[in-house]
Amino acid sequence: MSSARVGVVTFPGTLDDQDAARAVRLVGAEAVPLWHADRDLKGVDAVFLPGGFSYGDYLRCGAISRFAPLMEELIPAARAGLPVLGTCNGFQILCEAHLLPGALTRNASLHYVCRDQRIRVENVSTPWTCDFTEGQEIVLPVKHGEGRYVADARTLEELEARGQVVFRYAGGNPNGSLNDIAGIRNEAGNIVGLMPHPEHAVEELVGAPSTDGLGFFTSILKRMVNA
Amino acid sequence: MTLDTVKRAAETPEEAMPYSELGMKQDEYDRVRQILGRRPTSSELAIYSVMWSEHCSYKSSKVHLRQFATKAPKSDALLVGMGENAGVVDIGDGWAATFKIESHNHPSYVEPHQGAATGVGGIVRDIMSMGARPVAVMDALRFGGAHQEDTRRVLPGVVEGISHYGNCLGLPNIGGEVVFDPCYIGNPLVNALCVGLLRKDQIKLATAPGPGNKVVLFGASTGPDGIGGASVLASATFDEESHAKRPAVQVGDPFMEKLLIECCLELYAADVVVGIQDLGAAGVSCATTELAAKGTGGMHVDLDLVPLRDPSLRPEEILMSESQERMMAIVRPDDIPAFMAICEKWDVPATVIGEVTDTGRLVMTWRGETIVDIPPGTAADEGPVYERPFHEPAGQAELNADTPDKLPRPADLRATLLELLGSPNLASKEWVTSQYDRYVRSNTVLAQPADAGVLRVAEDDEHPTKRGIALATDGNGRYTKLDPYTGAQLALAEAYRNVATTGARPLAVTNCLNFGSPEDPEVMWQFAEAVRGLADACRTLGVPVTGGNVSFYNQTGSQAIHPTPIVGVLGVLDDVSKRIRPGFAAPGLKVALLGETGEEFGGSEWAHVVHGHLGGLPPQANLEAHKALAEVMVEAARRGLVEGSHDLSDGGLAIALAESCLAHGVGARVTVSGEPFADLFSESSGRVLVAVRPEAFEEFAALCAEHEVPCYGLGVTGGDSLVVEGVLGIPVAELRETHERTLPAIFG
Repeated sequence: MSSARVGVVTFPGTLDDQDAARAVRLVGAEAVPLWHADRDLKGVDAVFLPGGFSYGDYLRCGAISRFAPLMEELIPAARAGLPVLGTCNGFQILCEAHLLPGALTRNASLHYVCRDQRIRVENVSTPWTCDFTEGQEIVLPVKHGEGRYVADARTLEELEARGQVVFRYAGGNPNGSLNDIAGIRNEAGNIVGLMPHPEHAVEELVGAPSTDGLGFFTSILKRMVNA
Repeated sequence: MTLDTVKRAAETPEEAMPYSELGMKQDEYDRVRQILGRRPTSSELAIYSVMWSEHCSYKSSKVHLRQFATKAPKSDALLVGMGENAGVVDIGDGWAATFKIESHNHPSYVEPHQGAATGVGGIVRDIMSMGARPVAVMDALRFGGAHQEDTRRVLPGVVEGISHYGNCLGLPNIGGEVVFDPCYIGNPLVNALCVGLLRKDQIKLATAPGPGNKVVLFGASTGPDGIGGASVLASATFDEESHAKRPAVQVGDPFMEKLLIECCLELYAADVVVGIQDLGAAGVSCATTELAAKGTGGMHVDLDLVPLRDPSLRPEEILMSESQERMMAIVRPDDIPAFMAICEKWDVPATVIGEVTDTGRLVMTWRGETIVDIPPGTAADEGPVYERPFHEPAGQAELNADTPDKLPRPADLRATLLELLGSPNLASKEWVTSQYDRYVRSNTVLAQPADAGVLRVAEDDEHPTKRGIALATDGNGRYTKLDPYTGAQLALAEAYRNVATTGARPLAVTNCLNFGSPEDPEVMWQFAEAVRGLADACRTLGVPVTGGNVSFYNQTGSQAIHPTPIVGVLGVLDDVSKRIRPGFAAPGLKVALLGETGEEFGGSEWAHVVHGHLGGLPPQANLEAHKALAEVMVEAARRGLVEGSHDLSDGGLAIALAESCLAHGVGARVTVSGEPFADLFSESSGRVLVAVRPEAFEEFAALCAEHEVPCYGLGVTGGDSLVVEGVLGIPVAELRETHERTLPAIFG
């Protein structure tokens, strides 16, 4: 009986793919590399879309990646319920692919920002957050220039009403996101996107001064093993 | 438009060539004629003029830089020394590290964003060309006064350029320096360092051996970027109308560079690269002449095959273009299909443009005609060498006699500490460093504001190791101005000390020597003294120079910058999990000061900030004390005796205490035994602050005694204030507020 197989996608310009794969392995799951040019999900149980500057962030962040051959497989699979987590550029790609509502725009400060950020977990019903407790405050690094979450008023209202806001910034909003939104889920709950980086907060020795990111990976592992 | 072929050059020996417009002296041009036995073609002149430029040939510095070799200490760690794209050092368990620092000063003044960005790009390619994966960058930056208007143009642009390029590449930025001084207002310094890791049996070199092997140009296409002199050639000799204005600063594309990194690593893994060279300054000219000179000796290149972004480029311009994100590889013919397949996978354009020959000549053709036919070594290695005259600057004795002894000493040391802590040079640099990704690759153990950046070595699962590397850069222009010999030694001593403060064993050195014009004998004296001091100090400390860069002409009119040698030191931790954390990590630890404190205020931050004074002599370098200090820190880390540490440098003990409190928000209560002002603000070199668990203190003190390192107990960590008994008490919150508000208030 093999453990959960989590696909980690590499586009040209993806940067955090090795980091994500290492975090997947740390909790005992198998990291399966997925290549942007292959129309093949390799039968994985879940997919991690890591951060970076896919296709140089040309045009708009994530705007080109959503048309990658791999996405032709991923988009319908995600709509059919495959658990997908997008962090940073991965979140931007999920929004560009209309798997998640809204958009990520230039930080209000107009500067790229890298800092250790307090975040409140608002929803623990997703396969990526079920190992947290609701209202739990965690610390994860943010590092982005375009992380300001925006959506029209009605979408925002719906997100709030349906409990689709999964993470909110606490102790200061790093980018000017509406409603301090750090991450959201789709209505079904299998797709989650967030700007912070759980994969950089999984080991005492390296990365952010926190191991709170492990919760994402233990969550998906539990969900897969119990599925 | 006439094509200046070799045949035509032979037939028109008296045709005037614009060598002086290209920065070449009459005697240099005469030597080219002598080498070739005829006048050079315009393309040959392009090659010689860039290869014999100060930047590429080190013609003014060579005679001095030799000391780095002749005085080099014996080192078992050195795998590749000076003269290659970067030095390579053995860090154990079959792993090697390659690192180098390089300047991009002038472009960063003209166009701060692109100048700084391409500075990062260039040094990263140097590291790639050694066969390594680049794993981190750092930057040593110098700007004019923080409140001077042009600094508000230059600094944000430089920071954004480094941020954008480095972040897009996926390289953590783990340290560096930001220093303000009005002397840099017209000549900011942007020195970029990159470090890479590789298996020590995988080192690649810039060489083109094996006749019949193919020359492949890959990466970005060639455009009219950074062509300074070539437009002179093209317009003066051939076409008055075309190409009159070219952008002199190159434009970077970090996305292409990221693809190049992954592509190169896959090419190395597939073993389809015989030799490799990055294209930086002097572009195709430099890559072809250097590769050929270090290989079998001959090469044939068809310049028509170079992929162009601008099809109207003339051959002279192709040769001189500094378009970014390009590499040149030597590949066995049988490996070409595999090479091309890997490039295609990464969407990296690659083109065979020539092949290695055994003729001893570098021959280039264009539209079927021969336009270059030279012995490549004459361009690459046999450039002019100058013994520039030098003498001590007028006024140096007066400068040294103007000591800080006469400056009034402060009565209120609390106010002095806060004034220094909030001054631009000592204030928090978070406004800058928060724009850099310090986490990507997930191997960052320590990053700014730690004394040194520390990385875990975890590049592949097949060769696991517990090791880590530590890196720091330092340099103090004021010290070097007062005494270039000692100032350069102090720069090395500080970087060495910073590395050792984390518990790492210092191994090797890179340097970037930023000076004014070498044609000014007073500047040349500063340079000669600084190199002599640095070479002597490297020998004493047992750390060889592995490579680096010289940047001359950092001056506006006759006003040169302070001589600013920036020194980078690389160290190794045998077990990176045992690194010492920065500052006061917890309450209840014993605080001790290692090293001796004298009254040394020449060039100090106190004299600079409070009195605007620069005079006297810098602190003594105390090199032998540094060796002992490093041995103590390395052994203490190995035994796990020290919980936290911090180097003492600018601003002395007072600033080190404040920063140690800020690191984790833990206060301290300490006592100083001598005259409080001197104890707190002197900048004596060779001191480190440590925080030790009480039960380990006896063992730690014994270790210090064994190495004859003075160890003075100062007090204990804890509480929410920094208290110096009977002298001052400042809440940590007030320290933080003072430390953090300065740069945001200036730069927004």
